[in-house]
This record gives sequence, C-alpha cells and structure tokens, in this order.
Amino acid sequence: MAIALRQINPDVFPAFPITPSTEIPQYFASFVANGQVDTEFIPVESEHSSMSAAIGASAAGARSLTATSSCGMAYMWEELYIAASNRLPLALALVNRALSGPININCDHSDSMGARDSGWIQIYAENNQEAYDNMVQAYRISEHRDVRLPIMICQDGFITSHAVENIELLEDEEVKNFVGEYEPENYLLNPECPMAVGPYSITDYYMEAKRNQAEGMRNVSRVVLEVAKEYAALSGREYGLFEEYCLDDAETAMVIIGSAAGTAKDAVDKLRAAGEKVGLLKIRLYRPFPADEIAAALSHVKAIAVMDRAEGYTNHGGPLGADVMAALFRAKSDALAVNYIYGLGGRDVRVEDAEGVFATLKQMIKDGDAGETYRYLGIRE
Amino acid sequence: MNVTVIQERKRKEMSNLTEIRWHGRGGQGAKTAALLLADVAFQTGKYVQGFPEYGPERMGAPITAYNRISDTKIRVHSNIYDPQYVVVVDESLLETVDVTSGLKKDGAILVNTQRTKEEILPHLKGYEGEVYLIDAYKVSMATMGRYFPNTPLLAAIVKVAGIMDEETFLREMRASFSHKFASKPEVIDGNMAALKMAFQEVR
Repeated sequence: MAIALRQINPDVFPAFPITPSTEIPQYFASFVANGQVDTEFIPVESEHSSMSAAIGASAAGARSLTATSSCGMAYMWEELYIAASNRLPLALALVNRALSGPININCDHSDSMGARDSGWIQIYAENNQEAYDNMVQAYRISEHRDVRLPIMICQDGFITSHAVENIELLEDEEVKNFVGEYEPENYLLNPECPMAVGPYSITDYYMEAKRNQAEGMRNVSRVVLEVAKEYAALSGREYGLFEEYCLDDAETAMVIIGSAAGTAKDAVDKLRAAGEKVGLLKIRLYRPFPADEIAAALSHVKAIAVMDRAEGYTNHGGPLGADVMAALFRAKSDALAVNYIYGLGGRDVRVEDAEGVFATLKQMIKDGDAGETYRYLGIRE
Repeated sequence: MNVTVIQERKRKEMSNLTEIRWHGRGGQGAKTAALLLADVAFQTGKYVQGFPEYGPERMGAPITAYNRISDTKIRVHSNIYDPQYVVVVDESLLETVDVTSGLKKDGAILVNTQRTKEEILPHLKGYEGEVYLIDAYKVSMATMGRYFPNTPLLAAIVKVAGIMDEETFLREMRASFSHKFASKPEVIDGNMAALKMAFQEVR
C-alpha cells in the first residue's frame, strides 16, 4: 500500500498512527525523508485532524489522502461526511480492524461497514496484490468528473496488512502515467474563481445537495469498470465490480468480502474436485452496491450464504446480508439465503469452516428450507 | 468452468506446499524470522506467506508465526493447524504450549536447546516424526556476542526443511541483511557468521 502511494506521489498526506494501519504512514514518512516523493507529509495529533487536513488540502486543489483503522476511523466520523458532501476526491487507506470493545486490534469489517452510508466509495481487497492494484486505480475513480467522491481502499488488518506475500508491482513511471496529474475544476486556491467550500445549507438546498451526491454515486460502477479495463491493459490483472469464482453452474454459493474469500476459494476447489457444484462471489465494490449485477450473477443459484465480518445488531444479520437479501428480493429471487456473522475480532477462518457453510447450503436445498437465516460461524456457544 | 476446476486441481497437485509454524516469545524475533524466511524463499522464485498471529504483544509472551512456501499461488489466509515443520524458539514453551499440535508425522520439529534429544523427547507428547536440535545460544554468542536466537534458527529450519541449498540461502540472506541493516552494516557479518555456523550446528 505504501509503495503504491509512493508511486502515486500525492500532494498532501496528513497522518496519525493507529494499529494496524501505522506502517502505511511510517513507510511513507521514510519515502518523504529519502526524497523519493515530494508529498507534504503532515503529522497531526488525531484522526479528527488527519481527515480535516486531508479535506482542507483536497478543497484547496491538492490530491490528498490519509490512512487509518478502527477507532481512528470512528474519530474521523464527522469528517467522512464532510469529505463526501463537498464532493472531494480524496482517498483513505483503511486497514480493517475491529472496533472496541472488548478492545481488539485484529481484523473485522465493523469500522468500514459502519461508514457504508457516509457517501464514500468503498473497495475491498482479498490480498496485498489487490490492495495495491485498488490503490493505483483509486484516484482515477474518485477524481472522475462524473464521480468526484472520496474513496476508501480497504484491506484486512494483519491478515494481509502484516503478511509477507508475493506481489507484482508496476514500474513507477507506469503508475505515474496511469494515475495522471490531478487537475481539479473548482478549488479554493484558484484566484480566477473565488468560491466557498462547506457553507451552511438550509432546508431549501440540503436535499438537492444530497441528491447530487447520489448522482455521483450512480456513475461509480461505470467508472470503476472503465478504469479496471484500462488497468487490465496495463497490468494484465482484471477486476470487476465483484469476482465470480466457479459461479457459472453453481447450485450453492457464498458471498464474501476480503481475505477469507481466498480461504473459501480453496474450499470451493476441494468440493468441486468431489463433484459438488459450489461457487463464490467476492465483493470488490461495496459502495455503491452493485445490487442488480449481483442478483443477476446469483440468479441460478439455489442456496446462498452471505458472509458478514461485522455485526449489524438488526437481530437478523449484518450489513452485507441486508444488501444482498434486498438485491435478491428486488430481483424476485426464490433462492434460499442465510447470513453468517464470522471472523469478528480476527477469529480465524479455515478452509474447513467454509466447507461447513457449503455443507449447510446443500442441506438447505435438500430440506427446501433455509431454517435460521441469521447464523454465527465458528462461535463457541 | 470445468477447465478452471481441472486447472485448479492440477495446481494443487503441483503445489508442493510447505507449512511451518514458529513458537517463540515476544522479543526473540520469531516473527522477524518468519518474515525473513518468506522473503528469502520469495527471492528463489517461490510463492510465499509469512505472517504473525498477534496476541497480547509484550516481551516474553508466547507468540506464533507462520510460513507457507509453495510452487503455486497461495490463496488461503488462515493460520496453520497441521504444519509440516514446527520451530520452537524458546524451549520453555514445551511446558506451556502444545507445540506438536497437528504436526505431521512425516514432518519434523526443530527445538532451540542445550539439552540432548533424549532429554527433549519426553516433552514432545510422543511425537513420532523427526526431531532436530540446535543450541542457538551458543551460535549466537559465538558469532554476534549477544543472544538473538532467531538468526540461527532461520538457518536451521532452512536446512531441516530443505527449502534451498546453503549457498543460495547465504547469498540471498546477505542481500537481505544489506537492505535490512543498511543503517548499521557492522552487524551484517555477525549475522552471516551465525547463519553459517547454524547450518553446521543443527543436529
């Protein structure tokens, strides 16, 4: 992630450290010290300030970003909405970590899932390669004139952020050319066109401003695919709104986000080798939520398990579960669907766990009934 | 789709996956050793993973770290429960942690100890696989003048698991140390001597 940022060479990077995202500003600070980037690196005293400074810089016309995790993101909550509502295309490198309490430094998605309605684009990664590739594509999406929204590039804390894994990097020059120069249309430091950013908006305009944000969001899927196509030509690595793995003829399928998707793919291979028609859909773009496309990809599947690495406290499942169920309902799907909560606070997910989920789905088809639709995976009762 | 599945199955058969679990105590460098091992194996063209399991991090607390080394892409992101190899960086853990848990019979355990195999065996809960020992204290003190058990153990596990030949390992490690210790090059020779001595000392 830090290497992608070095290659992007953003204008302003305000940062406050929090585990497990600390290494991103830490490594980046060494790039600054070594003169490898000419970024204005601003060590601040809190996440409230790091996001505020990133917003100020972005409003001024600079390409800016910050990085955080967990409670750090919670502390920049107010600013998340300000960045989005001011249509500022800044980036946040989010290393997913559980929220307190009990206090825990390990991975789950409760931090970013909580911010799913903040107006940010959210893109998730299975491994370090994807985190890198997503970061390189981030500004091309967020700065697009039809979008102009902040973007959150998420990866799983420790599981991928602190793992040494193989990764293929692009050449510095390739990234530089791909990302391009940021040329904002309207910005504070433009003397030709004085403007205000973030003014008070009373009832007669607030709703139109929000509708405008939603309009930008509507264009995101298209832009994500356009940028991915260009990126594939450059890198040879293809990305979509989501990844379909052995899904074409699958009778049972798992919908999942993040590093556990890789583990589940090994389970899919094992079961496929035994003749089971199992498949997987891995979410890449979570906000905006590509509901119609996901429902279409799952249209032939008889039983679906939606995997949430965050609680929703709705008494019937987590946020991804709610989104996928709504998508299936809109598409008039008659699939049996359950929602699992898994991996909270870094609880390990094994290939065997994923196999167990597929076994449950198979049983559901046999029974013709989903049974309890709100389940926990790998919990000690 | 079927082509994908066949390719995947083929991929698995060819994968030649090595899984290693490290048991150490916070401050002994087990995590660093696992990351260095991933790094050095990567340099020889392998697919690798090196990752720690974070518990309460403090000096002296038991910690676990893991390595996967494969000829093909690694997708699984879980901890390792049935390793081929286990490295015990601190022998006091033999009393408190179930170090042989899931360890494959056709694998091996490597223990850092000054004791003999006969003295160690009763602490391995009847483990039937191979047992290798190294006195990392002796190696470390002789070559670096301070106790860093992870450097000798890194060399020892590379030898025990046959991850690469000694010459390649030493060449790649010198390059790795040159990068890691760029700001204190004076420690590189000691570390290199520790690796070489450990290759001979593992028994």
